[in-house]
Amino acid sequence: MAHQWVAPGRRFVIGVPFVWLIVFFLLPFLILLYISFVDMGNDISPFKPIWDSNTGLLKLKYENYWSIFRTGDGGALFQTIYIEAYVRSIWYALCTALLCLVIGYPFSYFIARAKPGVRPALLMMVMLPFWTSFLLRVYAWKGILADQGVLNQIFMGLGLINEPLQMLYTDVSMLVGMTYVYLPFMVLPLYANLVKLDPRLLEAAYDLGASPLGAFWLVTVPLSKAGIIAGFMLVFIPSVGEFVIPSLLGGPENIMIGRVVWDEMFSSNNWPRATALAVLMIGLIVVPLAIYYHYTGERE
Amino acid sequence: MNRYLEKHFGKLWLGVTFLFLYLPLFFMIVFSFNSTRQDAVFTGFSLRWYEALMRDTKIVNGFWLSIKVATFAGVASAVLATFAAFVLVRYRRFSGRTLFSGMVNAPLVMPEVVIGLSLLLLMVGVQNAFGWPQRGMLTIVLGHTLLGMAYGMVVIQSRLLEMDRSIEEAAMDLGAKPLQVFFLITMPNILQAVFAAFLLAFTLSFDDVVIAEFLSGPGVNTLPQVIFGYARRGINPTIYAAATLLIVSVTLVVIGYSVWVARQTRRHEREIAAATRAEMAALQAG
Repeated sequence: MAHQWVAPGRRFVIGVPFVWLIVFFLLPFLILLYISFVDMGNDISPFKPIWDSNTGLLKLKYENYWSIFRTGDGGALFQTIYIEAYVRSIWYALCTALLCLVIGYPFSYFIARAKPGVRPALLMMVMLPFWTSFLLRVYAWKGILADQGVLNQIFMGLGLINEPLQMLYTDVSMLVGMTYVYLPFMVLPLYANLVKLDPRLLEAAYDLGASPLGAFWLVTVPLSKAGIIAGFMLVFIPSVGEFVIPSLLGGPENIMIGRVVWDEMFSSNNWPRATALAVLMIGLIVVPLAIYYHYTGERE
Repeated sequence: MNRYLEKHFGKLWLGVTFLFLYLPLFFMIVFSFNSTRQDAVFTGFSLRWYEALMRDTKIVNGFWLSIKVATFAGVASAVLATFAAFVLVRYRRFSGRTLFSGMVNAPLVMPEVVIGLSLLLLMVGVQNAFGWPQRGMLTIVLGHTLLGMAYGMVVIQSRLLEMDRSIEEAAMDLGAKPLQVFFLITMPNILQAVFAAFLLAFTLSFDDVVIAEFLSGPGVNTLPQVIFGYARRGINPTIYAAATLLIVSVTLVVIGYSVWVARQTRRHEREIAAATRAEMAALQAG
């Protein structure tokens, strides 16, 4: 109410970011949506207008979406390279989130149980690699995991293996790279949750006869459910759309949907299909988010 | 016995995970000083890759372009994020609020590929209609600002939410105009968060390759784009040299920033203590 008398200022303050977002976020998205419903054009104009030039009628072209789900007319459903890439993206994102949880949960737990004076330094050590170039850190793994790389040399030096293991350009390098990059996304929400855990609850569990492991499973883990879910989402969402890691650490077998959109756009020059793929890609993000909000009820 | 086990298991787990987090950094630092191109055996110390780095015009030009792009995107993000956070925290009710908060937050979860592609389509459309702008630095800055604004908004929003409104009310009661209140009271209070938002947006921009790949034009390549191009071709220790320089500077900035924050906090506490003492003295005198 105190702001009623500053109406013009208020309009300006709301207007600046609002207009900016409409022009650079909403409008581009609407264009994306529009192109996903039109015919492919030629080299000069890559897509045709949505209205028929003879009749002046609107015609939506659903074929861009259909062609993602089946090859040709009457082809088998869900057996296209696009669906394979979507499924693979979801699979990698789920595996990454699980690996981050398995490594990150004990890690966050022990940071939270460290002496209060040490915790900020430990957290800073988690964040520091995060602030240095993501691209360079991924690139380093290429050298570490290569056939003639450091890791293979060490394994052979120790006599563990006789021939170099093929790790680069396989699921191994993909998952190492993705887990490595997204681990801090899991650790930070988990830590924020675990550090608030009241140690008296654990003491109560011990007093009532729980073993340390039992107390951990029955008290600590259920109480940190919110942190686990938040961390899972924070890892899953960016991993699904990952573009750089499959390009550097993956082979042709490991291609993910982000790369497919790129190839469709710039190699095949099929803008309508590239945009249709991108629209469906948003679906991969929206569905888990909707489930998340449904269960946590954190909607604003 | 169990406590003992937990303590040592804990240390081991922390140690191994930190080793995992730092292994690539150590690896690049060590092999940036290697005397040969291979990166499995350290054959001897040399600075040849640093020399090669300085002579590589693509990398040097990319670096300066990235610095420019990240500075512009960082400033624009911090300004827009301040506006957006202020709107979301202070203006509880206005038409289009749901749309607004949705649009501010969406880039946080949108795949970068989708952001890059949709902005590219906008730029192509605008260029076809008006013949401007050419794809290049400006378009990359716009793309990075969209992302940086979303992240910066989160930082500034949380600071605004915990800020004590009564100081602003006191200033208004004493006759300050809204703009004066903002610049004299609100801004100094959230300055640290605005600076953090700038740093975050700068880092995001300096690190981004996906949006830049979509929005850059021919001959315009940011540092990550140049590195991405090299990286796909194979091992190149010049990149390790670039990485080492980056790791050193980031470490210095992060340490410097935390010292600055700690000093600010201490000064703030001292000022509050001094004000409290003065008030007590005044009360006693009265």
